Amino acid sequence: MTRFEIFTPEHEALRKTVSDFVAREIHPHVEQWERDGDFPRELYRRFGELGLLGLKYEPEYGGSGPDLIADAVVNEELALCGSGGVAAGIGGHKDLGSYYIYRFGSDEQRRRWLVPSVTGEVIGALGVTEANAGSDVASLETRAVRDGNHYLVNGSKMFITNGSKADYVVTAVRTGGEGHKGISLLVIERGTPGFEARRIETVGWRTSHTGELSFADCRVPAENMLGAEGQGFIAIMKNFQWERLIMALGAVSAAQRTLQLGIDYARDRTAFGRPIAKFQTWRHRFADLETEIAAARALTYHAFRKFLAGEDALREVSMAKWLACEIGWKVADEALQVHGGYGYMMEFPVQRAWRDSRLGPIGGGTTEIMKEIIAKTYGF
Amino acid sequence: MAADPEIRSSIFTPEHEALRTSVRAFVERELAPHAQAWEEAGDFPDWVFTKLGEQGYLGLAYPEEVGGQGGDYISTLVLKEEMARVGSGGVGMAVAVQTDMATPPILKFGTEAQKQEYLVPAIKGTKIACLGISEPNAGSDVASIETSAVRDGSDWVINGRKIFITNGCRAHFCTLVARTDRGLIDDGAQSQGGTASSINPRKPAGHHGFSLFLVPTDTPGWQVARRLDKLGMHSSDTAEIVMDDMRLPADALLGVQGEGFQQIMWELQGERLVGVAGSIAGSRLLLERCSEYAKERTTFGKPIGKHQVIAHKLATMATEIEAAGALIYDAAWRFGNGEYPVKEISMAKLYGGIVAARVANEAMQIFGGASYMMELPIQRAWRDTRLIRIGGGTDEIMREIISKLMGL
Repeated sequence: MTRFEIFTPEHEALRKTVSDFVAREIHPHVEQWERDGDFPRELYRRFGELGLLGLKYEPEYGGSGPDLIADAVVNEELALCGSGGVAAGIGGHKDLGSYYIYRFGSDEQRRRWLVPSVTGEVIGALGVTEANAGSDVASLETRAVRDGNHYLVNGSKMFITNGSKADYVVTAVRTGGEGHKGISLLVIERGTPGFEARRIETVGWRTSHTGELSFADCRVPAENMLGAEGQGFIAIMKNFQWERLIMALGAVSAAQRTLQLGIDYARDRTAFGRPIAKFQTWRHRFADLETEIAAARALTYHAFRKFLAGEDALREVSMAKWLACEIGWKVADEALQVHGGYGYMMEFPVQRAWRDSRLGPIGGGTTEIMKEIIAKTYGF
Repeated sequence: MAADPEIRSSIFTPEHEALRTSVRAFVERELAPHAQAWEEAGDFPDWVFTKLGEQGYLGLAYPEEVGGQGGDYISTLVLKEEMARVGSGGVGMAVAVQTDMATPPILKFGTEAQKQEYLVPAIKGTKIACLGISEPNAGSDVASIETSAVRDGSDWVINGRKIFITNGCRAHFCTLVARTDRGLIDDGAQSQGGTASSINPRKPAGHHGFSLFLVPTDTPGWQVARRLDKLGMHSSDTAEIVMDDMRLPADALLGVQGEGFQQIMWELQGERLVGVAGSIAGSRLLLERCSEYAKERTTFGKPIGKHQVIAHKLATMATEIEAAGALIYDAAWRFGNGEYPVKEISMAKLYGGIVAARVANEAMQIFGGASYMMELPIQRAWRDTRLIRIGGGTDEIMREIISKLMGL
């Protein structure tokens, strides 16, 4: 018997656990962490202790899954923590770095990097983007040349979430000729001579580390290759689907919270003798935003169902990613607007939602890239 | 990563899809070829109802005891979606009034005799139904309805005026909303007596001041005042009705006296959902047409779909249609499972209506000058679709409902 509802009562119980954890151990610290521009490494271990980093994996790797729906619950709840950077830092590890090890690595590689990733002892990152190659992955230039039992890596990576604090980076490198067939994945560990990471300041997501990585004659053991040589591009395309799905799920979740920030403020604040929430223009705008969030959620869940059912969901995932992220950003802009002057002050959290949500239509493939993909599925 | 065999990605089962195939074949064979002629005539023949009835399509979600197919709510959604393929919005709208607006209250609130008299023939297609809610001064603001029903002995005497009544010119019966409230007239001496003149029509009645009636349209006093000329939906008839001392027997009352407001609010949920489902089904067809046209039509040496702005326009339309569809299906799933998701249905109607109208407008743009010519059907879709943002409750009314349900 199949079901249309995605979440079971067990998933809802997990949601409660994660929600309590976020409320107790993350949310109270967000303001401080934002001022610090960082959150403690310890948080990864707390996620590990609670079993929240291993929901996609079998018990032999320390997981309790595989259950992608449970994993998605974590992303939805984490998006409510009030700091986009915390969600990004955990997600960059959970859904990118370590997930690549699981999906494309050998059993030995999984034991080496995945198992300690699931406990939160080591932190992973994914390095694909370069200064001149983002969604156009096939044009990346970082080169890895075989030298005995090693690869000699030269090049650089840009905008890598967790890049400047990760213990290992799953790095897309060119081992072959031009185009997508020449791309492979190498796991490069921190401390490898020739590997340097610099943190870049970002307009939002300020608690997460965004890194620029450089590799200068960096010698990486050949056994660090994930999957076969030349298979990197396909792996990246495959995981894009998951990355974009959780971005859509997170965007919807965060948008709902941001809308609530706006509504709460509008109820408190009076103008011309009544709460501004009672003015029809705001009542109707809130109704529109609630509706658009509902539409984005329905679309995202539709894409998620197709993905879970094993159907081709490339089109729907691309649709959900751009629509949810655009609506997330729009909601934040409107929530800022209803705050008036206070919205512009750093002491009100709505400005952070505004800055953090702006990455949605950019990261993981821009809205324009999503539309390119969708148009291609229609033969354009 | 293994697929999850427990999850299905659609509310439609293989049985629904089989039904869809049958309905589509019927629509394409029996109805669509006449679309142009019906549009020009400003009408379609009554045999459409009887033919649909013979196929069982007018009673898909009605139980077998009243001649229905015993299917679920989703099956009636399939009919609404496929009716978009007629290519003339008025036909689908007229049929939706028959199946999902005027008759569900009879099944839900009617007596056995009323079901036999009205519902059974409506499902057969031998009696055509209309729904009488809107008035010159009362649309979604149902509480302002002025048409009054006053007791006279065991009879009801009805006076008033209804407007924008789909099927009104040809209907055999009307599911009518009228005020039966007499409590609000206690502010003057005229409150004694309880005749028609004793109701103050300017004063809104309370929510328990309304009742539903089943009115045969051959009742003396029922009069089609005029047939209204519309911007779109040309193949359907839209009437203004005048009721002048129209006398009905006691058993014309449908359901419980004084509960008409709640009953019609319930009816409106199904109306909004099928209305917007049909509109978005039309949007999907338009997207297909646009997609084909963008491959055929060339400018500056390549198909217009190969120009990035047109490709992205199509991607945007497709995304919004998919989102609207997902929102509608989620609401329909819940409604079909016996829930009463007013907020979700209102959001689906609001979002879907805006998307449908926007998609039709973008289709005009993609077809360029050709779209503006009456010989192409794009302009018809554009005109027909505009109604969804008005009929069944405007966008603005939806926002009122949604914001109220948000506690605002």
